[in-house]
Amino acid sequence: MPDDIVPTTTAPKPAPLDKKAYKSDQEVRWCPGCGDYSILNAVQQLLATLGVPRHQLCFVSGIGCSSRFPYYMNTYGLHSIHGRAPAFATSIKTANPDLQVWLATGDGDGLSIGGNHMLHMLRRNVDVKVLLFNNQIYGLTKGQYSPTSPPGLKTKTSPMGSVDRAVDPIRFALGCGATFIARTIDTHQKHMLAVLEAAAKHKGTAFVEIFQNCVIFNDGCFDDVIERSVRDDKTVDLVPGKPLVFGKQLDKGVKIDAAEARVVTAAEATPWDPSTRSAAGAFVLSEMAEQPGNPTPIGIFRSISAPTFDEGMNKQVQTAIAKRGAGKLKDLLWTGDMWDVK
Amino acid sequence: MAQSTSELPLQLIDSVVIRFAGDSGDGMQITGSQFTHTAALFGNDLATFPDFPAEIRAPAGTQPGVSGFQIRFAASDIHTPGDAPDVLVAMNPAALAVNIKDLKPGGTVVVNTGQFGDADLAKAKLTSNPLKDHSLDAYRVIEVDINKRVIEALQGSTLSPKEVQRCKNFYTLGLMYWLYNRDLEPTLKWLSEKFAKEPAMVEANQKALRAGYNAGDIHELFQGRYEVPRCEVLPAGTYRNIMGNQAVSLGLIAGAELAGLKIFIGSYPITPASPILETLASYKHFGVLSMQAEDEIAAVCAAIGASYAGHLGVTSTSGPGLALKQEGIGLAIAIELPLVIVDVQRGGPSTGLPTKTEQADLLQAVFGRNSEAWLPVVACATPSDAFECAVEACRIAVQYMTPVILLSDGYIANGSEPWRLPKIEDLKPFPASFRTELENFLPYDRNADLARPWVKPGTPGLEHRVGGLEKAHLTGHISYDAENHEFMVNMRAAKVMKVRDSIPTPQVHGPQKGKVLILGWGSTYGSIWGAQEKLAEEGLEVARMHLRHVWPLPHGLAEIFARYETVLVPEMNLGQLVRLLRSELPGVNFQSYPKVQGQPFRVHELTAKVKQLLGR
Ligand SMILES: Cc1ncc(C[n+]2csc(CCOP(=O)(O)OP(=O)(O)O)c2C)c(N)n1
Ligand code: SF4
Ligand SMILES: [Mg+2]
Repeated sequence: MPDDIVPTTTAPKPAPLDKKAYKSDQEVRWCPGCGDYSILNAVQQLLATLGVPRHQLCFVSGIGCSSRFPYYMNTYGLHSIHGRAPAFATSIKTANPDLQVWLATGDGDGLSIGGNHMLHMLRRNVDVKVLLFNNQIYGLTKGQYSPTSPPGLKTKTSPMGSVDRAVDPIRFALGCGATFIARTIDTHQKHMLAVLEAAAKHKGTAFVEIFQNCVIFNDGCFDDVIERSVRDDKTVDLVPGKPLVFGKQLDKGVKIDAAEARVVTAAEATPWDPSTRSAAGAFVLSEMAEQPGNPTPIGIFRSISAPTFDEGMNKQVQTAIAKRGAGKLKDLLWTGDMWDVK
Repeated sequence: MAQSTSELPLQLIDSVVIRFAGDSGDGMQITGSQFTHTAALFGNDLATFPDFPAEIRAPAGTQPGVSGFQIRFAASDIHTPGDAPDVLVAMNPAALAVNIKDLKPGGTVVVNTGQFGDADLAKAKLTSNPLKDHSLDAYRVIEVDINKRVIEALQGSTLSPKEVQRCKNFYTLGLMYWLYNRDLEPTLKWLSEKFAKEPAMVEANQKALRAGYNAGDIHELFQGRYEVPRCEVLPAGTYRNIMGNQAVSLGLIAGAELAGLKIFIGSYPITPASPILETLASYKHFGVLSMQAEDEIAAVCAAIGASYAGHLGVTSTSGPGLALKQEGIGLAIAIELPLVIVDVQRGGPSTGLPTKTEQADLLQAVFGRNSEAWLPVVACATPSDAFECAVEACRIAVQYMTPVILLSDGYIANGSEPWRLPKIEDLKPFPASFRTELENFLPYDRNADLARPWVKPGTPGLEHRVGGLEKAHLTGHISYDAENHEFMVNMRAAKVMKVRDSIPTPQVHGPQKGKVLILGWGSTYGSIWGAQEKLAEEGLEVARMHLRHVWPLPHGLAEIFARYETVLVPEMNLGQLVRLLRSELPGVNFQSYPKVQGQPFRVHELTAKVKQLLGR
């Protein structure tokens, strides 16, 4: 467009789309009752609400039941190999920065075989939204214990109970220096939508652990906490700017005291700020559920801003071009000490 | 040009081989590359062979810590760094002990006597002093106390005694410059640029260089001086000296430009491939996105992701890294995206001989993945050929929407030779095209080359999913159908075989039929050519041929091979190409000539083998 022509209209705000527009024509093949359905539903709902154009979305995944996710989205999608989705997502976002990149992974895919790549994507702060489907089991391979399975879990490969200590995804992400960390629950649509919206709006890696029920191989593994009748008393929602209150009557609270989180009355609850310089508060909260009787924190553990890898990489290219001029083939080859042979 | 007023007459000679050998910390690689740089600017043809230990600083003075750099420079067209040095420069007893057996009978050995005390001999595990025990009687020995001479030369310098000793290599270089009547200017200039921030270092090293040069005259160490004239027989053109890794890097950038794409390189450091990542990282003004990944798996996956996103994905590594990348490469084959994987081969298995050369990844490159996962493999023959091969790998990757493995090796990577610069207008573009039309879009539709359409995510209306699960022909939907699977397996293989239609049948050099055809691939090129020339000098005419495309094999080989009684295949492995050839071209009398010593073939080894075949 020539400089002298001023556009008369501003770009229209994306109109909310129909959720159905995000559904691909592929038949969804998860087991009936699998928690994955509600996650798919929430993501489609959220994207429709936010009005993100389908062609600007790219879903990347590894291997696992959860990693089938991209096939069910009517967007761009790459179903990659086991554990490596973070590496693909990193370069996709970097090479094609206009895309909004989402990553679907499981507890095995993301924290066992792919733990290393997850670590590095988180520390690099690539602008990617991560959905970690935690069902504390290997679903696709039919029920072996995973790195998030509780010690003692009996599975086909641990007939006497697993001797492994479990990794907590939240603490893992905190240790990696992730800039956005949250937890939500497959059966809690409202909460999931709120958390995913915050994740979608975060610039940098947004890491969301989702408690996901595998009806076949680990049914009910989160029931103690998420079952509707107990959920309000067994979870505390970390809402930025709000006090850490919980309970059906919102009468209880959590107070972060030095290196400990204690249950107190709502009036004494600590106001939650996930953007403090130190991640100590988030860390303390992430451990509290290990004490019997304490609620399990869900919601937003951490939300800070930091430079992203994808922007940094592209800025260097721009800087180099500004400094040295865009490279030309002739200058690439015909340079340095040359001599002629007649 | 020469700066001295030496009285000694200059004798003209055609070609000289010098080997600089010293401790890993003695700066022999710099000395060698400076000699190379000067010879290149002078206009000699040349070939180099750096040979160094895997340790950065192996225990000082020991034999395993010896680092060497061999250069051959010539007035004629040469193809190898030479079988045996004419001159050996040995900075300590260990360097002498390791290298003396290679020196030509009657050759010259310059020995730094300043490093020949009892302790030095002990470190080299020598029980007697070679300078005194007559073991060097067959050679012309020039004894110079270089340790002392640099101290004298640098008297009054502000450098510490230790730093003064570090200038020894430039003193030695000066001495060699005098002997071969070389211009000091290029090295003086290089020093002032290299140490621009440390003027004392510039001055000291320049002084040492000049002192070494002048010592040639003053101390009357040598009986004569030599001149190797410019090489006027190379094809006309403009040249620059280039190392293999550098040529691969430039070729990748050029290849991407010719395709109209930007490069994304994801790599993980590994000897001897690291300089490719380092070089590409310095070309960001060409739009290069370079990522040092957390491991080779992430590196290849990031490269594939970038190709998916519309860049040209590239990853560079050596054998152990290629092993790690193979699952990822399989995905690139399944989702049919362009990708260039550079494997700079080194000695193995496992960590093996990281700084030594080998060609034993050929079968890993062609077959090293699960299931039927075919891809084209291109192999560089020489440092300058690496440029063309890298461009060729990019072309095949883009034209056929396939990963391509480009094989180089340690010998090519670190060796150097004059490179005739291609005219930019002679580089033929092969523009990539991205699908944007909505009508009749099928992600696994194919063109005449059997390549599928490439769609940049972000293109409105073409949203689709790809992945590693088997895909239905045309639609690309997940398919577990038995017949479809077999169809797709065949289709992917057929696409790779289709590459043959775009590659030439390699030329035979020498007699078009006869007793022996020497068939090479990769870095055996120079040795084979040298051997053929040597045999011709002795009146034995044999043919030679070299494969750039090692998979798929080019059309027309069977007809050619049928014209020879024996096809001799020298390889730095246990006969990997020969296995491929025997299965693809049964009925030909292939003779394998394996060598796996971490060292390139010597010309005389090949001539001896051919003579044996000829019954001579
Ligand atoms: C290299 C490789 N190793 C192993 C597998 C087998 N495999 C597929 S999915 C999976 C575990 C999946 O568990 P998780 O990531 O928790 O996903 P879920 O199925 O529970 O959603 C394994 C071991 C594979 N596909 N690739
Ligand atoms: S196996 Fe478990 S995780 Fe997988 S689809 Fe079935 S219910 Fe879901
Ligand atoms: Mg799981």
